Amino acid sequence: MSSLSIAMHDSTTMTRRSLRRLARYPSMTVILVGMPVVFLLLFVYVFGQTLGAGLGYGLSGREAYADYIAPGVLVITIAAAAQGTAISVAMDMAAGLIARFRIMPITRSAVLTGHAVTAFVQTLGSVLLVLLVALLVGFRPTAGPIGWLGALGLLALFTIALTWFSVAIGLFAKTVESASNIPMFLVLLPFLSSGFVPTDTLPTALRWFAEYEPFTPVIETLRGLLLGSVEMRQAVLAVGWSLAITLGSFLWARSLFERRPTRT
Amino acid sequence: MTSAMQTPAIEVAGLVKAYDGTVVLDGLDLAVETGSVLALLGPNGAGKTTLVQILSTLLPSDGGSARVGGHDVATEAEQVRRLIGVTGQSTALDDLLTGRENLALMADLCRLGRDVGRQKVSELLDRFELSGDADRPASTYSGGMRRKLDLAMTLVGDPSILFLDEPTTGLDPRSRRAVWQLIRDLSRDGITVLLTTQYLEEADHLAHRIAVLDKGGIVAEGTPAELKRLVPGGHVRLQLPDAAALEVAAGSFPRATRDDADLVLQVPSDGGAGSLRSLLDELDRIGIEPDELSVHLPDLDDVFLALTGPKQTQGS
Repeated sequence: MSSLSIAMHDSTTMTRRSLRRLARYPSMTVILVGMPVVFLLLFVYVFGQTLGAGLGYGLSGREAYADYIAPGVLVITIAAAAQGTAISVAMDMAAGLIARFRIMPITRSAVLTGHAVTAFVQTLGSVLLVLLVALLVGFRPTAGPIGWLGALGLLALFTIALTWFSVAIGLFAKTVESASNIPMFLVLLPFLSSGFVPTDTLPTALRWFAEYEPFTPVIETLRGLLLGSVEMRQAVLAVGWSLAITLGSFLWARSLFERRPTRT
Repeated sequence: MTSAMQTPAIEVAGLVKAYDGTVVLDGLDLAVETGSVLALLGPNGAGKTTLVQILSTLLPSDGGSARVGGHDVATEAEQVRRLIGVTGQSTALDDLLTGRENLALMADLCRLGRDVGRQKVSELLDRFELSGDADRPASTYSGGMRRKLDLAMTLVGDPSILFLDEPTTGLDPRSRRAVWQLIRDLSRDGITVLLTTQYLEEADHLAHRIAVLDKGGIVAEGTPAELKRLVPGGHVRLQLPDAAALEVAAGSFPRATRDDADLVLQVPSDGGAGSLRSLLDELDRIGIEPDELSVHLPDLDDVFLALTGPKQTQGS
């Protein structure tokens, strides 16, 4: 076998293992999907009427607010799933099995690829589920086929980015607890963006932050693709951030995995 | 193959490893003959696990050289990995997978192919008496079963050199015996085994040779019998018929300690044939026939305590 087909074989084997683990431990997935769903219901049915009234742009009311926050909640779903990925990577690294993998003549990064592919499947599944709930509670996208394709593409791209980032966090964290705590900020970041309120309602410092953080262009572009017109600058930023996070995180994860031979 | 038979399976020279300035291995030298079982005996913190981790390419060393199967562990890690199997202190299995799935995972990673892999898996399940529990998750296994599954996973790749880091720690006596038998069988198949243990009994039972590791270096090495002779404390115990005989015998062996109540005389001895012969000759000469004569060699506990740890003042 060539080294590429060996790498493929090992990565497939590790992915199969991770997917099996995912299926055997479904409670984690339920919690991860549960959080954005709760956010969605909370924001639409509890805060929706009031917050919807202040949206501006000639929009108002619960339905309008559901439309406004749906992209943000979808991105929160990705961020929440990332937390789960970091936890399961850290749990895996703490187990003796990883030491066994390291001293087998197999592709080094295969175990990370297995985690990343599985996390991608899990996250995208969660996103589709949350999207379904959003549609049930009043989200009315106006996108055509191209818009939907673009939106799903961007969701997938951003999922890959946060997945590799969380794999790296899982490796970086010294304990499972800190792997669970560190990615908390990922769930917070969508709130400090244009996800739930227009950024021009924020105080200056926060507005500045919201306008430059990566979640804003992703949410803006998603909103544009699903509900109206896409701003080219935001789309480029969204794709650029996604690619940069993916590359940086992948390299970081790989070097962490190489550098840290044992946990003990 | 013939040249491989002559070079030791494991060859370590001047191996050095330090963590944050604390020296763990301090110029360690060791050789393990192909096909033999060497027990590495040492107290906690002696560097046993570190040595296994370096030899199994998990950790880089800071100096010296280590060759496994003739390959340098630092520069030819890939070749070393093809030869070795390692079972560490913490069991290395996937709790969420079943026993069979764990073994199948190893078979896949060893690229055995579908049919060969399946056959290997069921063969190992049989051999390790896990067939009945093969389709339960490993998390439901007992400690002994986990250790067996762990060892079985290590054997999927047919290693010729096996590292077993405290393979029976935490097992009940029955499971320990079972693991011992498995190790003996493996040795019979010609696999070289480097075993670390804190249990002297285990080293005594399984190993052809024992190396005592303390403070980062080998402080003694030899067969179990050789090691036992290294330590003072061996004696011949003479049970005498009456006080008169004890008096006569005690007069003849001035270095002996006597126990008047039990009519026992303990004559210092290394337990060797020569010293026994001269002891018997002496008994003959003075006309004493003991009721009972037994040779007491220091057990490995004595060896271990004498050779490792803080220097103790030698008792009387």
